Amino acid sequence: MSRTLQAPVTVAFDYTRSTGPVVGRFLTGLRDGVVVGGRTSAGQVVVPPLEFDPVTHEATTEFVEVSSVGTVTSWTWVPEPVKGQPFDRPFAYALVTLDGADVPLLHALDVASPAEVTTGMRVRVRWATDRVGHINDIAGFEPLAPGEAEVTAPAATSEAPVTGVVTTVSLDYNYAASPEESLFYRGLNEGRIMGQRCPTCLKVYVPPRSACPTDGTPTEEEVELSQTGTITTFCIVNVPFLGQKITPPYVSAYVLLDGADIAVLHLILGVPADEVRMGMRVKAVWKPKDEWAYSLENIDHFAPTGDPDAEFDTYKQHL
Amino acid sequence: MGKQPAAIIGIGQTHHRAKREDVSMAGLCREAIDRALLDANMTLDDIDAIVVGKAPDLFEGVMMPELFLAEALGAAGKPLLRVHTAGSVGGSTAIVASSLVQAGVHKRVLTVAYEKQSESNAMWALSVPLPFNMPVHAGAGGYFAPHVRSYIRRSGAPTHIGAIVAAKDRNNALKNPYAHLHNEGTTVESVMASQMLWDPIRYDETCPSSDGACALVIVDEDTAKSSPNPAWIHGTVMRSEATTAAERDQVNPQAGRDAAAALWKQAGIINPIEEIDAAEIYVPFSWFEPMWLENLGFAAPGEGWKLTEAGETAMTGRIPVNCSGGVLSSNPIGASGMLRFGEAALQVRGAAGEHQVDGVRRALGHAYGGGSQFFAMWVVGAEKPTN
Repeated sequence: MSRTLQAPVTVAFDYTRSTGPVVGRFLTGLRDGVVVGGRTSAGQVVVPPLEFDPVTHEATTEFVEVSSVGTVTSWTWVPEPVKGQPFDRPFAYALVTLDGADVPLLHALDVASPAEVTTGMRVRVRWATDRVGHINDIAGFEPLAPGEAEVTAPAATSEAPVTGVVTTVSLDYNYAASPEESLFYRGLNEGRIMGQRCPTCLKVYVPPRSACPTDGTPTEEEVELSQTGTITTFCIVNVPFLGQKITPPYVSAYVLLDGADIAVLHLILGVPADEVRMGMRVKAVWKPKDEWAYSLENIDHFAPTGDPDAEFDTYKQHL
Repeated sequence: MGKQPAAIIGIGQTHHRAKREDVSMAGLCREAIDRALLDANMTLDDIDAIVVGKAPDLFEGVMMPELFLAEALGAAGKPLLRVHTAGSVGGSTAIVASSLVQAGVHKRVLTVAYEKQSESNAMWALSVPLPFNMPVHAGAGGYFAPHVRSYIRRSGAPTHIGAIVAAKDRNNALKNPYAHLHNEGTTVESVMASQMLWDPIRYDETCPSSDGACALVIVDEDTAKSSPNPAWIHGTVMRSEATTAAERDQVNPQAGRDAAAALWKQAGIINPIEEIDAAEIYVPFSWFEPMWLENLGFAAPGEGWKLTEAGETAMTGRIPVNCSGGVLSSNPIGASGMLRFGEAALQVRGAAGEHQVDGVRRALGHAYGGGSQFFAMWVVGAEKPTN
């Protein structure tokens, strides 16, 4: 068995990116089927246009339509494309200097093998079928045989200037718990709450840490904790938000388990939210055993024991 | 050799809004930068180095944005540093910039901090569920609300103190044309009547989500001679602590207390409430005003709320706090700390416009971030420091 528990986690969001007037002008051009560059103070035409001039630092205001045909100035071969790249088959990334521009643009070149790419070869834009004002409106570049011309893009479906793009970001991680946390999660899978005591300051940490946050000492001595504890403080979450797993309103509380020196954050049920109190004594309520996993979610919630509240002095140093 | 004198001679900020869809991130930064440079009577060509700060990359989904921003920030051919300390980053970015001047490394440093919150959703970004854990996290409000409850219990403060802070800051914001929220007619009663979001924190007691930026020009003594009203730096301090540790004081964190004590010593201040004329304190949730008044030493532990209740933190009080409207009225997260530092500098320069407090000689700028884990603060003065 591996020392550490691991699980996949995905962090994904559709970011709404404001383009500003300069990049917006470039993307509006792509949507309309033309490639727009910007002229710098030194007279160079740069595609995509620079938002601010590298010499004068002024915003770019002079835009130039360039050709959709150009010349490959350098390239690299992508033998095994990964998710999110322009093509799902091998292709080249190429620096293409479009006719009328002075600086190359990076994009994908759709050819079957590296033998079909040469520096200096002529290529043309292949327009995407549906253009929305995004760099992917250029589906890619393709070789231009002698005598062939540029491709005219089909008419655009909108006339409004492009001011924003949606950028989908999705990161897949393999989340690895530390060996000490893994001990904690394995304990939960057996119905136990495990902590570790720092040999220097003698504080009991739950979940256990690799090292005591106060003095840096590795924590080794395992301690099984009580399933009963005290609510030190809490809040009632009334606000819904994206990605939320528990339907509001709910009570999110710090529970100081008997024998521990740090509280764990958990859910309080079995009592109306407005009757939850600091000092209230609570106990762990477990999910049915057949639903257990290596997770703090095995404890469904904490519920009042019905015992008298703990005195403030017994937990005030934990606030 | 001790520190070289350093002063702020240029301050710029954007009009903070929920969505600045008219500008890119680069454009947002330049709006603040161009105003700061104009104020300093300089151009980007006069600048030796640039220091940029913003909060977590997940907020805009751009990893290491300093890479693509370098050109727009005028950094080509110059040193460019990026600072990150969560919500306190605007403050620590200004401190890193000032240290480059105080150390004699550079003479004219530009610093800028920004956030474009509308590109995503900070509540989501701060609450991504982790495997194996209990998904009870609910953004910054969910994190801080239990500690506010602890403060109320420990201090015995009446429950309307937070509403007093919110009403004061929202009314101060009416005097600040750059503020995001201009909510006319906010009263203690209207705040108390607003929806309870993260009990005990109400809707009107929380900061907005803003797009915005702030920039400062920080220069050495020789360059400062060109300015009619430099704001001199009298002290800068940063401190950090563990986010979670057994018996960690989350209401009155040790790192904040230590930072404040070191700051007052650096600035030669014995009694802060008598010697500081205006304070810009990072208050994203209203109750943090009395909490930080205590943490900073303006009041004894458990007594901060009494200053708030007595009106002593209003513009006419003994220690005016957040005359700009504060984080409660504008919160472009990465820039919020620098706005506190910049607004403190505006006060000592006599340049705060309608929200100027009369006769400010020394002012505090303060920021905190993470789970009250990072602290950054400075004292600025109208006179060059003598120490």
